[in-house]
Amino acid sequence: MSNPRSPITILKESTTKLLFPLIALGCALILGVLVIAWMGGDPQVAYWHLFNGAFGSLPKFGETLVYVSPLLLTGLSVALAFRCGLFNIGAEGQYIMGMIAAAWCGSAFTNLPFWLHLPLTMLTGMLAGFLWAAIPGYFKAKFGAHEVITTIMMNYIALHLSDFLVNRVLIAPPGTSPVTPIINASAKLSNLLPPSRANTGIFIALTCLILVYLFLWKTKWGFEIRAVGYNNEAARYAGINVTKNLVLALAISGALSGLAGALQIQGVQYRFVQLFGFTGYGFDGIAVALLGNNHPLGVLFSALLFGSMNSGALQMQSVAGIPKDLIGMIQAIIIFFIAADYMLKRLKFKKTIQSTPLPKEVQL
Amino acid sequence: MDLQFVLGIIAFVIASTLRAATPLIFASLGGIFSERSGVVNIGLEGIMLFGAFFAMLGSYLTHNPWLGVLLGMLVGGLVALIHAFVSIELRANQVVSGVAINMLAMSSTALFLQKFFHTTGQSQAVTKIDDWSLPLIDQIPVLSDAIAHLNPLVYLAIFLVVTANFFLFKTTTGLRIRAVGENPDAAATLGVSVHKIRYFSVTLSGILGGLGGAYLSLGAMDLFKENMSAGQGFIALAAMITGKWNPIGAFLACLLFGLAEALEGQFQLLGLEIPKQFLHMLPYALTIVLILGVVGRSVAPAASGVPYEGRK
Repeated sequence: MSNPRSPITILKESTTKLLFPLIALGCALILGVLVIAWMGGDPQVAYWHLFNGAFGSLPKFGETLVYVSPLLLTGLSVALAFRCGLFNIGAEGQYIMGMIAAAWCGSAFTNLPFWLHLPLTMLTGMLAGFLWAAIPGYFKAKFGAHEVITTIMMNYIALHLSDFLVNRVLIAPPGTSPVTPIINASAKLSNLLPPSRANTGIFIALTCLILVYLFLWKTKWGFEIRAVGYNNEAARYAGINVTKNLVLALAISGALSGLAGALQIQGVQYRFVQLFGFTGYGFDGIAVALLGNNHPLGVLFSALLFGSMNSGALQMQSVAGIPKDLIGMIQAIIIFFIAADYMLKRLKFKKTIQSTPLPKEVQL
Repeated sequence: MDLQFVLGIIAFVIASTLRAATPLIFASLGGIFSERSGVVNIGLEGIMLFGAFFAMLGSYLTHNPWLGVLLGMLVGGLVALIHAFVSIELRANQVVSGVAINMLAMSSTALFLQKFFHTTGQSQAVTKIDDWSLPLIDQIPVLSDAIAHLNPLVYLAIFLVVTANFFLFKTTTGLRIRAVGENPDAAATLGVSVHKIRYFSVTLSGILGGLGGAYLSLGAMDLFKENMSAGQGFIALAAMITGKWNPIGAFLACLLFGLAEALEGQFQLLGLEIPKQFLHMLPYALTIVLILGVVGRSVAPAASGVPYEGRK
């Protein structure tokens, strides 16, 4: 930025940026009230348990962190790809590959010191996600195959591949149930806030948040990626290697999702258990990135929001009797509003409306 | 292996291929209408799931599976209408809106299952649509096993392919849909309402997606399972791309995907030792391979995914 902006402008800008997500959240929660009532529940009680389940005590907050930490990384992963103009719907598959790779590395080596084994396991997970995303990235760059379809397909392939690996290759002796062996203590992350399953993985996720911010906004590489995302053709004209950046951005995005999977194994599950469907962390990552405006700081807030909702939903389900699927519904509605937000931005851009009387269509 | 046995297997594979291809055919026709008019509908996956649930619910409530199918189509159309509103009126990012529909479908069908059936995972069995037995053809030995004893929705799917092809390429409305998807400005100059055509096409795509879902719960099975669409909406979109946005082309691509699924069972029968997980991967891997094979040669409608801002 060549000319410094006044604090008031910055404040105004951030208010408008925050306003829309908040409106989206508010509307979604109000619609949630209607659904709860329709399901025969008491909205006030249900929302109280949703909140209390997430923040009611220190261990409950610890459990919330267990849900927040993978979302921070998958959200960051999708956001980074978006910044390069790529829609990474494959975070789910990259997450699964990260999990299974970390489960292998964590249990395969027995004599490593923890200072080596712990990061090595994380890196293995990252590498798995990196490669898994590099494939559709390469297909996009080389053949022009749209990443939306290919990354979705890679999700299903990852699901079945992990199924194969846990059943046929990495299965723990005696081989009666489809799980991998428990990883070695040297690969485990330390526990926080017992008896919750919170662990130091949250700090790693937060560090990544800062690193991605620095990478995108303070390095030449990051600038190139954003330039490609902003205007592909202009970037090419400016001498930026678009192809390289597409593959790289998607692969780095995959590495972040892979890391999310690795941390889940190293900090929470300690082994890979056969999946009978998607975990949802990858898909929620899309929602987190969109709500967070594809910015690391936004991702932080939206991951906290979605993670605490997912965590509190368990108590809402068991005590208030409202199915936790309600949360998925609320999150979907938020995304609808965010989708409409694109129009708000475009209108602002065109007519340069600076202060925000919202356009008529979105004043709900 | 004697001839009789081989012919038997071939007939069986043809029948399974047609069955597996049916939901894909409906959904890919839906995708074609939507994208030909210029709106990307990645929400077809979720629309199928909605269709599957409400078709089952309709059959459960009325004991008439055909009314169930109608309900599935109706709800599919309504959900698509939301997508149409968000994409056309609010000019939203169509992929994002589609993702939202898919998320909404997953969670709300699970929620509805608990509301109406007080259960999770899958619904109870309901009245399904019985297979037909075509007269005359069922007298011919091999052909009878291959095509004479299928679900009426399978025949409907094939019929709709021909109809859609005619509609899209031989009628005025079809021409308008294609015009709006290629060059909305030019179409608008000629007095075609871009918005109306797009609303119509997207809604139609939802009705077809709902029909595909209805086949899953009432044709292929007799119940609803959580997330039973299992990516078939996405595969249908891949079939649409492979088939170059033509009903006939998409139909052939769907048959190929159906064949991949039908072979899943046959490999084991033939004594080939392939882990079942790899067979499960086959349709998805095939999708990627086909997409790689056609891109460059397969060009999307020019205005697909671009919101219409009105003439400048």
